[in-house]
Amino acid sequence: MNIFAQGFQWIFTASHWTDVNGSAGIGAQILFHLQYTVIALFFVVIIAVPLGLLIGHTGKGRAVAITASNVSRALPTLGLLALLILVIGIGIVPTTIVLVILGIPPLLAGVYSGLESVDRQTIDAARAMGMTELQILFKVEVPLAMALLIGGLRAATLQIIATVAVAAVYGGNGLGRFVLDGIAQNDFAKAVGGAVLIIVLALVVDGLYAIIQRFAVPRGVSRGSVGRKHAARGGSIPVVATTRTPITEGQ
Amino acid sequence: MFARKKSLILTGVLATATAVALVGCSSSSSLSGNDSSKSAGTITVGSANFSENVVLADIYGQALAAKGFTVKYKLNIGARAVYIPALEAGDIDVIPEYSGSILSYLDKTAAATSGADVASALTKALPSTLVAYKPASAADSDSLNVTPAFAQANNLTSIGDLKNVSKWILAANPEFQTRPDGIPGLKSVYGLDNINFQAISDGGGPATLKALLDNTVQVADIYSTTPSIVDNKLVTLTDPKNLFASQEVIPLVYKKSASSKLESALNAVSAKLTTKDLLKLNSEVQGDSKTDPAVAAKAWLKSAGLLSK
Amino acid sequence: MQWVWTNFDKIWGLTLAHVGLSVIPIVAGFILSIPLGYAASRSRVARSILLSVGGILYTIPSLALFFTIPVILGTSLLDPINVVVALTVYAVAIMIRTATDAFVSVPADVQDSARAVGFSRAQQFFAVDLPLAGPVLLAGVRVVSVSTVSLVSVGALIGVSSLGSLFTDGFGNGNLPEIWAGIVGTLVIAAVYDILIIAVARLLMPWNRRPARVRAVATKAAHA
Repeated sequence: MNIFAQGFQWIFTASHWTDVNGSAGIGAQILFHLQYTVIALFFVVIIAVPLGLLIGHTGKGRAVAITASNVSRALPTLGLLALLILVIGIGIVPTTIVLVILGIPPLLAGVYSGLESVDRQTIDAARAMGMTELQILFKVEVPLAMALLIGGLRAATLQIIATVAVAAVYGGNGLGRFVLDGIAQNDFAKAVGGAVLIIVLALVVDGLYAIIQRFAVPRGVSRGSVGRKHAARGGSIPVVATTRTPITEGQ
Repeated sequence: MFARKKSLILTGVLATATAVALVGCSSSSSLSGNDSSKSAGTITVGSANFSENVVLADIYGQALAAKGFTVKYKLNIGARAVYIPALEAGDIDVIPEYSGSILSYLDKTAAATSGADVASALTKALPSTLVAYKPASAADSDSLNVTPAFAQANNLTSIGDLKNVSKWILAANPEFQTRPDGIPGLKSVYGLDNINFQAISDGGGPATLKALLDNTVQVADIYSTTPSIVDNKLVTLTDPKNLFASQEVIPLVYKKSASSKLESALNAVSAKLTTKDLLKLNSEVQGDSKTDPAVAAKAWLKSAGLLSK
Repeated sequence: MQWVWTNFDKIWGLTLAHVGLSVIPIVAGFILSIPLGYAASRSRVARSILLSVGGILYTIPSLALFFTIPVILGTSLLDPINVVVALTVYAVAIMIRTATDAFVSVPADVQDSARAVGFSRAQQFFAVDLPLAGPVLLAGVRVVSVSTVSLVSVGALIGVSSLGSLFTDGFGNGNLPEIWAGIVGTLVIAAVYDILIIAVARLLMPWNRRPARVRAVATKAAHA
């Protein structure tokens, strides 16, 4: 399709990498996009990981976490952003708040469902060997849950990368800028180019996670035996499975 | 046991299918209704994505409804680059426009800046699918505004004075970046080559104002009829070289939907609408009362004698 | 708060529009994902293709999709159908993965037993695979429902009315109560959908009442 060809042509125009209509070029906007993502991800991790470990290890508060996750999924990004910008003003703060709210549920779910996927007998065995609760958590549960944990992080990251694009709607930076400016300026090559860049960025990051996941999972642990476990338990909700659970291979 | 489950599932599948069929029916009629059932008496009124234009669209729509048209609305469509193609395709039939801006959008080389020149140039520049009716005396144009403190500190009165300010950021809609009377015009007409741009898509609305007041940006493009300019004692930089063209409110119409009945209804609105009315409408909608645009529009139409009840 | 009461009619109208735009993508996404997910669970090639395509589709920014679909379908830019199609694409993109997981989760020995008893392919699908995949499918459709309801509002950026119009309007006028009304309205719709979906699921899958106690009671009631 012609318009897509134009989009690619726009991307491969060398000058666009440093300057687009006198403002930040592709290079700078990719950095902005990653900057928003990393900052948001930092807060997501320091909130969701401890919380997820607590829920997963103790088995308490799961219902609350699921409800809270679902509510935050239902929160319309656009409305939240409009509200925060009117209250705080444009800039990185309102965008980050929105991204953090959206990023927490997938990671939280990844962490606690990861811990829950660990076989109870393994944990009992560790306890019988005299391990403390903390030792059980970090030496047994976390390594065994690693696949789902990283799966959750992966989902959170991709969610954030996709949402940064929307955050440009009312006046932020990042690759979404090209999409919105292109639309407003009747420059559809720019809009399509921006959309393609966002997709490529997401795919590259997704690929990196796939590699990390391969190396971070202890040997001997099947990557993601989630599906079967959950079904065996009468189908509790594998929230993480709905986003990016590693698929059980070869069954 | 299997048989029982099977019948259950079958019921389930049937129920779902019925539900889908029902949903399909009801929604298809409501979704495609605005296209397929377009009779001569149905008019879709559109608007750009800023407050004043929404109120104007409501005024047009209600005035037409009072004359017996069936009116549909597509408000907050977006920038000109989005709604003009929609108008040319007949997806919307009427939109309130601003004579100067639409002229420079249609004719990138347009030089006309005064009211009469703009009107005649616009007639020539319009594509064959569109027609413009009579402009109102109500005018609203782009205007560059700074805070009193910033104006004083940098000795600013006119747009050209910005040339000597070392570091400043300009906030406006994204299209301002490439519009002929946007940054390109500021460069060529006023020689400003030191512009840093911040896109904020609210047409000089509350978020732009907030950014200006908290010094995130130093210069803001705010439409001249916006009450916040006066409310916050902003300094509007003068435009001695008339970069921002005369901007009378003008109804732009999809030609195939044009009729004398439509024309007389919209011209009647233009005949009554003044700049003062715009200011008042804007302060009702954007000010503390936050009157709904449709409600404010109705009140104005009544006061102008265009709506009886 | 005053604003909400004086403009209740407007909010209600937009709520209905929001419902109208969100129902089809949820239902269509669910139905389309079942054959796709089943195919993906049966063949490794199909799985890798479907899941990567789903993954890519999901990363397309919604606004970009709203503008691309008219180019592909030849519909007009402001047609609400664009939003419906875009949201259906997202729904399928999310749901394929869940549906695949759901069918993969059906224990192989149960499938073997079904075959051993002489079930045909279709019988096995409708009587064994689908019901056993049901609980995971349910979880997936709940997520799809919630995210669809929240995404509908982006359509307001291209003039498709929904509760999202309260965001664009409210942002333009600096009207916080209006934006709040839109957010709360969206959450309420999402909650109502969730309750409806769970109710339908209970009806279709009476064996899936989660707490064991309830299940026991249900069985007893069924036998009584």
